[in-house]
This record gives sequence, C-alpha cells and structure tokens, in this order.
Amino acid sequence: MKHRNYFLYRKKTTNVIMMSLTVIAALAAVIPLFLIFYYTLSKGIAYLNLNFFIAMPKPVGEPGGGMANAIVGTLILIGIGGAIGIPVGIMTGTYLSEFGKNKFGFMVRFLTDVLSGVPSIVVGVVAYTMVVIPMKHFSALAGGIALGILMIPTITRTTEEMIKLVPHSLREAGLALGIPKWKTTIAIVLRTAWKGIATGVLLGLSRAAGETAPLLFTALGNRFWSTKIMQPIASLTVYIYDYSKSPFEDWNQQAWTAALVLIILISVLSLLFRFVTRSKYKSD
Amino acid sequence: MVKRLNNHFSQNIGDLIFEKLTLLFAVSVFLLVILMGYEMYLGSKISIQKFGFSFLFNSSWDPVQEVYGALPIIYGTVVSSILSLLIAVPLSIGVAIFLAEVAPSWLEKPVSFLVELLAGIPSVIYGLWGIFVLVPWLRNSFEPWLADKFGYLPFFRGAPYGFGMLAAVMILTIMLLPIISSISRDVLKAVPRSRREAALALGATKWQSTLIVLKDAKSGILGASMLGLGRAIGETMAVTMVIGNRSLISTSLFDPSYTMASVIANEFTEATSQMYLSSLIELALVLFIITIIINAFARILVWSMSRKWSAA
Repeated sequence: MKHRNYFLYRKKTTNVIMMSLTVIAALAAVIPLFLIFYYTLSKGIAYLNLNFFIAMPKPVGEPGGGMANAIVGTLILIGIGGAIGIPVGIMTGTYLSEFGKNKFGFMVRFLTDVLSGVPSIVVGVVAYTMVVIPMKHFSALAGGIALGILMIPTITRTTEEMIKLVPHSLREAGLALGIPKWKTTIAIVLRTAWKGIATGVLLGLSRAAGETAPLLFTALGNRFWSTKIMQPIASLTVYIYDYSKSPFEDWNQQAWTAALVLIILISVLSLLFRFVTRSKYKSD
Repeated sequence: MVKRLNNHFSQNIGDLIFEKLTLLFAVSVFLLVILMGYEMYLGSKISIQKFGFSFLFNSSWDPVQEVYGALPIIYGTVVSSILSLLIAVPLSIGVAIFLAEVAPSWLEKPVSFLVELLAGIPSVIYGLWGIFVLVPWLRNSFEPWLADKFGYLPFFRGAPYGFGMLAAVMILTIMLLPIISSISRDVLKAVPRSRREAALALGATKWQSTLIVLKDAKSGILGASMLGLGRAIGETMAVTMVIGNRSLISTSLFDPSYTMASVIANEFTEATSQMYLSSLIELALVLFIITIIINAFARILVWSMSRKWSAA
C-alpha cells in the first residue's frame, strides 16, 4: 500500500514540477519582448518629435535632424514591393486553391513554403545580380523587387487558405445561376475572402517594412531627399543599422527613435490586421 | 441555338483565360526559385571555377591575397545556430505545452499574441537592442562571471568583449523562441482531443497526457525545430550586429566569429574585385541551397503531421 502511494506521490509531483516549468518557459519567452519594448520606448522617445518626421538628416557630426527621407523611402520601397508581391501572391494563391489540386499545384505550394524560408539576404544578393549589375547602380527599384519577392510566400499562402474558407455552397450558387467560373471566382469567392486576403497583404507589407538585409546592397541608402525609383533610396531599417554602428552618441539615439517609429509603423499595420481578421473569421 | 452555343463558347474562353492567367503567375513563382539559384550560380562562377570544393574547406578568408575559404564562416554559422537551437527548442516546447495544454483560454490568447508580436519585431531592432543592452551586460556582468566560475572550461576563455559568439547565440535564441513555439503550439493543437481524454480517463496526470500528445506530435515539433534552424542559419542583421565579425575558429564563446549571412551583409558593398564579389555570391548560393534543403525537410515533417491527424 505504501508502495502505491509512493508512485502516486511521484506522479503528482512530476506533474506539478513539469507544469510549473512550462509556465516558466512561457515567462522566459515573453520577458525579452518587454525588455526590447521597454528599451525602444524609453530610449527612442527622447528624439520622437515632429522634427524627426519632417527634417532631413544632418551632416556627419552635427546633432539633430530627422529622418523624413527614410520614412518616405521605406514607404516607397514597400510600395514597389507590394506592386510586385500583391498581384503575384493573390493570383498564385487563387491558382492554388481553384486549380491547384494537381502535381504542379503541389509543387508550387511546396516551393512557396520553401521560398518563405530562404534568408532575406540571399534574396538581396539575387536582386543585386538581377537588377543592380545590369543597371550598373543601386536603386530603389532593386530594393523594392527584393521586398516584393519576400512578400510573395506570405500573400500566396494566406490567399489560398482564405479562399479555401469560402463555403462551397456560395460557389455552387454562382455556378447554378449560370455565371461562368471565372466570374464566380472573382465576384463571389475572392470578394467573400477579401478581408482574409487583406490581412495577408498587410502582414506581408509589415514584414517587408522591417527588412534590412535585402536593402543593404540594393536600395543602399541615401542621405538626401530622393523619391526616384532609379536612384538609391533611404530606409528606416538601413538607418537603424548604420546609426547603431556609429561612434556618435547622437546617431545612436536617433537609431532608437527610428526603431520606435518602425515599430509604430508595423504595429499600425498589424493592428489593422487584427481588426480586419476579427470582424470576419471570429472562430478558429 | 447559335446564341446559346456562342454564350457557352465565351464562357469557356473566359474560364480558360482566367485559369491560364493564374497559372502564369503560379509558373512565375516556380521559375523565380529556379532563376534565383541560376543567377547566383552565374554570379559565383569564377569563384567556383577557381576554388572548387576547397572553398568550403579552406580556412583563410583573405580579400588582400584574393584567397577565399569559407571554413571559419561555416563553422561560425553551424556553431551559432546549433547552440541557439539547443537552448531554444526545449524552451519553445515548454511554451507550446503551456499554450496548448496548460493555459486557460483567457490567458492563452494574450500570451500567444505576445509571442507572435515577438516574431514580428524586425531583426535590425533585435540587433540594436543587442548592441546597446545585451552586449554591455555581457561585457560587464555575465561574461566576467562565467569566466570566474567556469573559466577552466575552454568555452569561457579570453577577454570578455561582449561582442562575440555568446551574444549571437543569445540573440538567436530569443529570435527563434516565438517561431518554434508558435508552430509547435499549432502542431500540439492538431492532435485530437480524444487522445488526451483517453489518457486522462485512465487516471493519467496532465503531464502524462501531455507526454502522449508530445509523442503524437513528434514529427511536427521536429519540423518546427528545423524551420527554426533554417531561420538561425539565415538570420543576418541581428547576428552581424553582435557577433564581432571576424573569421576565426575558436572554442571560446567570448571570441568574435562570423556567419555566412553576416559576411555577405558586412562585406558585399566593400567587395572591389570580381573574385571577391563572386565568392560572396557563392556564399549566398551555399546558404540558399542549405536553407532550401532544411526547409523542404521541415515542411514535409509538418505536413505529414497535419495530414496524419486530419485523416484520422
């Protein structure tokens, strides 16, 4: 009898110990998030004023200045990226869900997943060999293309998943009315799924906004105001990278502020994302 | 009759065009992946021809002498990713169990949200935090402490600079956690509830039923870890900013090191000669091939897992 109690005791203690360990693991995972947010907020807020959004960077050594060019640059870069990634992603996703139940569809699905795991710096190298070398100079276009390639997997997969959620009866209703399949797909299926697709697009855009590696040798960076897509362009992330390595305290400070602005930009995008998903697909 | 036929014909034409149009985009994605590999092969041709396989086994990376051997860089990549994975995987499994098995749903949702938020922070911000918070802490507190207590081990020798392998491993661990744990959570949740109920009905504790679920989800968790490995190998900015960037093979975690991705990020714009550029592109090609293989395996594992349970 004592024997059995011992096993029961051991079983229960193990249970309590292991369950507490999972709680500790969860805490350990969340703590860095708070640390990073805390430092970004406390160090970044010092320079966060209107000037940061509307002024240009000052020459080396002079304190002050803002990052107007980098904010606009980041928006232009994700704009170019979106112009490539959104149509390709949505069309490919539509193909996969509507016509992709064959070997080729399987292969494309697999390749998109694999593409999502390719390091962004590799995509930057490809954009360099494909765009920068033939053009003979760095450009916003090359950076935007790299970001576009990086967006494709996210948008493709979300589009496919979201279209799959559209009930089959809707499709059948359309077809039963004699509407051709292509019209049914565009006017009924895609329209029903558009909120879900929009979340994929927002997710893709917000990830692209945070990319640095593929821009280092494609968009390069620019200390001056430029909105030309054939010229090098500034971006928040490349500024964070350059300024964090700088020996100037002032620039280090601005790196934190740029990080804060970037986080705000991404949060706005992902809040939109939460908002859009919630209203449509509440149960999951 | 003629009108109806026409109508029918135009419907088919519309469907055909639509299908082929979407097919065109799907093909373009397919071609893109192949084109990427081909472009990098072309770009690295002169380096491949000159160094052959010695590129991977030669340990001197010397732009001045125009000799490029990637061994220390591959060493740095392997060590940093394996070590960070060794810490991140058990922790992530813990987090996943917490989210899928332990936490009540009012707690699970916000914690999941926080974990996903962590995954969404750009890596350059991790790097920034690494430079100004983690590295000074390592230099002033943690590394001297390690050297003092465990200095007899070869891993904790040398001057504690802060910048080095240890900083890279810690940053990578933090970055891998949300990725591995959120996929593992999904995998655990894919295991049918009946498996847990059966165990609990037989008098198992929560932990014992979790063990059964873990066994069911083995391949999915392995897949999640491999996806994490792919991320660790390819992670660029955060690692470049804290690893010290020197091509050096050292057992000490305090010493600076280099990874494939960080070499490319650091030296690409400085590459003045054709051979230099070509060697860097070859590194990118190696990175591309490695991550494709790892991701392919990982996806197959995760897929097989979800298929197994959706069929059941």
